[in-house]
Amino acid sequence: MQRKSIGNILLLALTLSVACMWAFPIYWAVVTSVKAEHEVVSKTTFIPDVFNFSAYYFALFETNLAAWYVNSLVTSVSVTIIVILISVMCAYALSQIVFPGRGLLYGIILASFMVPSQALVVSQFVLMYRFGLINSWGGIILPQLIIPVVVIVYKQFFDSVPKELREAAKLDGCGDFQILFRLYLPLNWGITTALAIITYIMAWNAFLWPFLVTNSEEMMTVTVGITQVDDAFGVKYARDMAVAILAAMPVALAYLLFQKRVTQALMLSSGIKG
Amino acid sequence: MMKERRSKGLTAVLMIAPFVITYLTVFAYPVYNMFALSFTDAPLIGEGRWVGFDNYAKLLNQKLFFTSVWNTGYFVVLTVVPNTLIGLGLALMVIRLKGWLQSLVLVLFFLPYILPVSVVTQIWEWVLDQQFGIAQYLIEFFTGRRISVFRDPIWAMPMVALVTIWWTNGFNLLLFIAGLRNIPADYYEAATLDGATRWQCFQRITWPLIWPVTALVLTLQLILQLKIFDQVYLMTEGGPFNSTYVLLQLVYREAFRLNHGGLGSAVAVFLFLIIVTVSVLQYQLLRVRGR
Repeated sequence: MQRKSIGNILLLALTLSVACMWAFPIYWAVVTSVKAEHEVVSKTTFIPDVFNFSAYYFALFETNLAAWYVNSLVTSVSVTIIVILISVMCAYALSQIVFPGRGLLYGIILASFMVPSQALVVSQFVLMYRFGLINSWGGIILPQLIIPVVVIVYKQFFDSVPKELREAAKLDGCGDFQILFRLYLPLNWGITTALAIITYIMAWNAFLWPFLVTNSEEMMTVTVGITQVDDAFGVKYARDMAVAILAAMPVALAYLLFQKRVTQALMLSSGIKG
Repeated sequence: MMKERRSKGLTAVLMIAPFVITYLTVFAYPVYNMFALSFTDAPLIGEGRWVGFDNYAKLLNQKLFFTSVWNTGYFVVLTVVPNTLIGLGLALMVIRLKGWLQSLVLVLFFLPYILPVSVVTQIWEWVLDQQFGIAQYLIEFFTGRRISVFRDPIWAMPMVALVTIWWTNGFNLLLFIAGLRNIPADYYEAATLDGATRWQCFQRITWPLIWPVTALVLTLQLILQLKIFDQVYLMTEGGPFNSTYVLLQLVYREAFRLNHGGLGSAVAVFLFLIIVTVSVLQYQLLRVRGR
């Protein structure tokens, strides 16, 4: 018994130290961002001698960060709302309405998992060019709107809603749109918030596509824009870290507030992929 | 009856239309167009002539193509199995914790996963900075000198792999924890009563029962890591001496830098086919096991 509890304490200590090491780079970035530049390069301190927020002042007021924030916010919120809306309607039809080609459509959506969207960037770029959407919000948003897994997750949730509910609503004279938005969607509110948050995080974090489709600094999203900062101003570590932390803030907060939902959505989508 | 069926059909059409139209426009058509472009000599924007398999033949004569294939494979080797094993190892540690302590530790491990790639690379460029990076103490301790890791052909790819593992491991950890929670506790109780050691418990109970999750994580990782671009582009731009040049970067270079839309598409088709093959194989394997 004695031996076992010592073993347990050792394991606990090991786990905690590995976890701290794992998170250390994030801590180090945060600490660096509140140091004065000269302290950053003169010595290794784990707690700053003087807390200095000039790096944040620089990041907020002397870069295009504000514009990048607006671009990221507008595009990722639009992506989230549109993805949820078009997917939930498609999923409802697939789940509740019998129509010709239903099985085929479902099969095609399932098969789309295999398509790596990164391989499509060339032809998507050509398409956005033809639409005149290069370097615009529309160009950033459009190619991110197809997320097959959202349709599939919704369909599976709708499949498990008891059929009697829909029958009863039909008898009361409700159309399918009403049934979906008044009944099925509220019933699955939990999964909707989960999918919305994860879509928002993924859209905010997208790099390759926004990087390709924007060519002026004013149109870049945060994740693309921050890579431009050191080109323009030379390497300043506290500044770089302050910029990075501000860029990560909207997703870090979303995650910390909705931890359970984020993990739930990820597990659902991976379960289906398998 | 007839009328009801027709209105049902109309509702269905209205409901699927937004998704289907978007799907056809920004997804299905680009898939088709990727193949079509790959048989032409089109620039990025504009028309090209049909050249048959010329682009593919060109690739086979291009050293950079083989370098990219090799590097992508090397990166996959460096990440897929280690990332899966580390995920399992961390999950076995985390699962033993209780209550808030478990939640806290889980957050510490998971947080990197939700960071944008450019934030991740900025953080690591600073941590690994040759002059002032804090990791240089460690590197100096083992090698006796400071190393500019992203400018060293031997160190660059392993370091990109390390950063990738740090960044993506949270997701694997999550899947493993879910899998471990599904193993009934009485299995372990019964085994302990029979005097099984910790190692025997792992070997006889945990490993066989966690294997399906392991297989899933392995294949998801394989598909994910074949598509590597962002980290490489941001940390090394494919250098030094092309030692980290990967397939997706070749797509970017041919199409967007050199204005060879056709040739870029041919590389994209190649990557597409590899990933579809891997996906199909994985699906078959999992299905066979499921029976």
